[in-house]
Amino acid sequence: MSHTASNPLSILKTRLRTAAAAAALLLSTSAQAADLNALIWCDHADPALLQPFEEANGVKVNIKEFEGTGAGLAIVEQSQPGDWDVMVIDSIDVPRGVEKGLFEPLPEDKLPLADLFPQVKMDSSTVVGGKRYGITEKFGYNTIGYNKTKVDPADMQSMAALTGDKYKGKVAIYDYYLPVIGMAALAIGKKTADLTEADLPALKDELLKMKANAKLVGEVTASQTALATGEVDILVGGGEWVTAGLAKENPALDFSVPKEGAILWSQSLAMFKDSKNKDMALKFIQYIMSPEGQARLATSSCYWGMPANTKAALTDDQKKVLRFDEQPGFLARAQAYPAPNADLDKKMQDMWTEMLQAK
Amino acid sequence: MPRAALPRAGSALPRAGSALPWALVTPALGWTLLFFVLPFIAMGFSSLTAHEGGGFTASNYSQFFTNPSYWQAMVNSLQVTAIVTVISVLLAYPFAWILAEQVPERWQRLALMLAVLPFWTSYVVRSYSWLLVLAQNGVVNRALTGSGLFSEPLQLANTRFATVTGFVHFFVMLLTLTIFANLKQLSPSYHKAAADLGAGPVRTFLHVVLPLTLPGIMVGAFLTFVLCIGDYITPQILGGNNELLMPQLVMMQIGRRGDFPLASALSIILMAVVTSAYLACARWLKIERA
Repeated sequence: MSHTASNPLSILKTRLRTAAAAAALLLSTSAQAADLNALIWCDHADPALLQPFEEANGVKVNIKEFEGTGAGLAIVEQSQPGDWDVMVIDSIDVPRGVEKGLFEPLPEDKLPLADLFPQVKMDSSTVVGGKRYGITEKFGYNTIGYNKTKVDPADMQSMAALTGDKYKGKVAIYDYYLPVIGMAALAIGKKTADLTEADLPALKDELLKMKANAKLVGEVTASQTALATGEVDILVGGGEWVTAGLAKENPALDFSVPKEGAILWSQSLAMFKDSKNKDMALKFIQYIMSPEGQARLATSSCYWGMPANTKAALTDDQKKVLRFDEQPGFLARAQAYPAPNADLDKKMQDMWTEMLQAK
Repeated sequence: MPRAALPRAGSALPRAGSALPWALVTPALGWTLLFFVLPFIAMGFSSLTAHEGGGFTASNYSQFFTNPSYWQAMVNSLQVTAIVTVISVLLAYPFAWILAEQVPERWQRLALMLAVLPFWTSYVVRSYSWLLVLAQNGVVNRALTGSGLFSEPLQLANTRFATVTGFVHFFVMLLTLTIFANLKQLSPSYHKAAADLGAGPVRTFLHVVLPLTLPGIMVGAFLTFVLCIGDYITPQILGGNNELLMPQLVMMQIGRRGDFPLASALSIILMAVVTSAYLACARWLKIERA
């Protein structure tokens, strides 16, 4: 070893130079115009979905996962304008992004809108001031997920089963207040679109009855695990997003859309107004909405869901698991998520907190 | 220390008014300022801001005191934390004592390594593992029903019991380390002096060893308290949301609504509780022995 090399000062200088070079390389890489920066939900992180797009367009898709619109919008607020190109967002929350001046109108003529299930276009949310800011890419139902070998499927055709004694202690509740409050509304004969503050006491009673029967209230993974491991036999708020992905390992899992109806969940793609790569962002949206992209997104390793595009290139088996052919009937009975204003939203969340704390 | 060994004023120690002490302490001060003081001020400011409209308000704090569900979250947090701390201390002390006093010196390193082995696994993975162990079809329930002790599986998972179990598993290891270090610092001459004065092993332990290791217990217990009361993962995975703890309540405000002001206020209230706990036991939180 030479004297120079073993001198601590020289070593430090060499390492600093190396670190500086590495940092410069990193910065130059992150600033490459070919990158696409996407704020996504976990279903978009599947390499089987992203790789074909990256290879076809010679682009790297940098992803950042988030849960909940509030958390997603907070990430955007803490970023520099132009840091993000596209975002996945609850369809009912597209107007929140538009109000904040975040989104770019999408060119309807370049998107396969005519191929979408008409009921999931959600124009009341995705179109603001006559301009389309979001396009529904995937949807499904918050309804009743169950193990058909443990419960009587006929019982699952009515929400009364969720609050009766027969399945006490065999029930889990999906921990998201809006869809489950929506289900409670259906159970008491209210339309989700018409909910007001005056309905809260009745909704709370219904939620407390559900809680009294429940073993747990879990987020996506916990509720999925509980149903899959036999900890519970019924998941309130479950649907194809829980059962379809597990169909191979556990074909006993199924879902029903009871006579009272189900809550339609729907996720959209939006493009950022300040995106520095709008052409690529549009290409990404077009890819996700293409028959191939839709099939990959629908069967993502994180969770399955119905593709918004009726022409999604799903196999027959995949269609069967998703109950593709039954969609017209399901959609006819489904109601949209409750879309409360900020004040009612806060009251609904507090009601949910009260339900969670109830013994 | 002999007087001659003390450094003479003005020789080894920097002179009063010298810039060296400030230069040495500046990085730590800068770090604290940048990553604690400034974020804390920002959080305090945010907690006094209305979620909608952004005007000044104290309603984020008043909500905590007027909404029984929020208040209950604090009660739940304190109860769970107290239970976990007490059980962890009761389990860790004998364990650390056996390691320090009964295990031969040459095996102590290996024994300690085995004791902290659970730290090597991801916290999340460990929590999910407990969920499977305590589940209706898990190892514990199968053993209980298989042995004929119970005819039906017990509800162990998704309960406060599961949350406490997950916490205790983690914190016993942490407390064992701090108490073990304290026990090893204890000079054997204390035992000899106590024996010379006629004290038996039990009396020596109760009147000599235990009081002298109290600082180690308190440091470990305080760390357990702080880490436990602020933890989100374990109650979220193991508790089944059958009751909410403060960190879960804080996270709830962020998820969909992005109510950072309320989340900030709740976090500051939680921090005030931790600070109160520190002040309450500060007199015991000394590493050095008198």
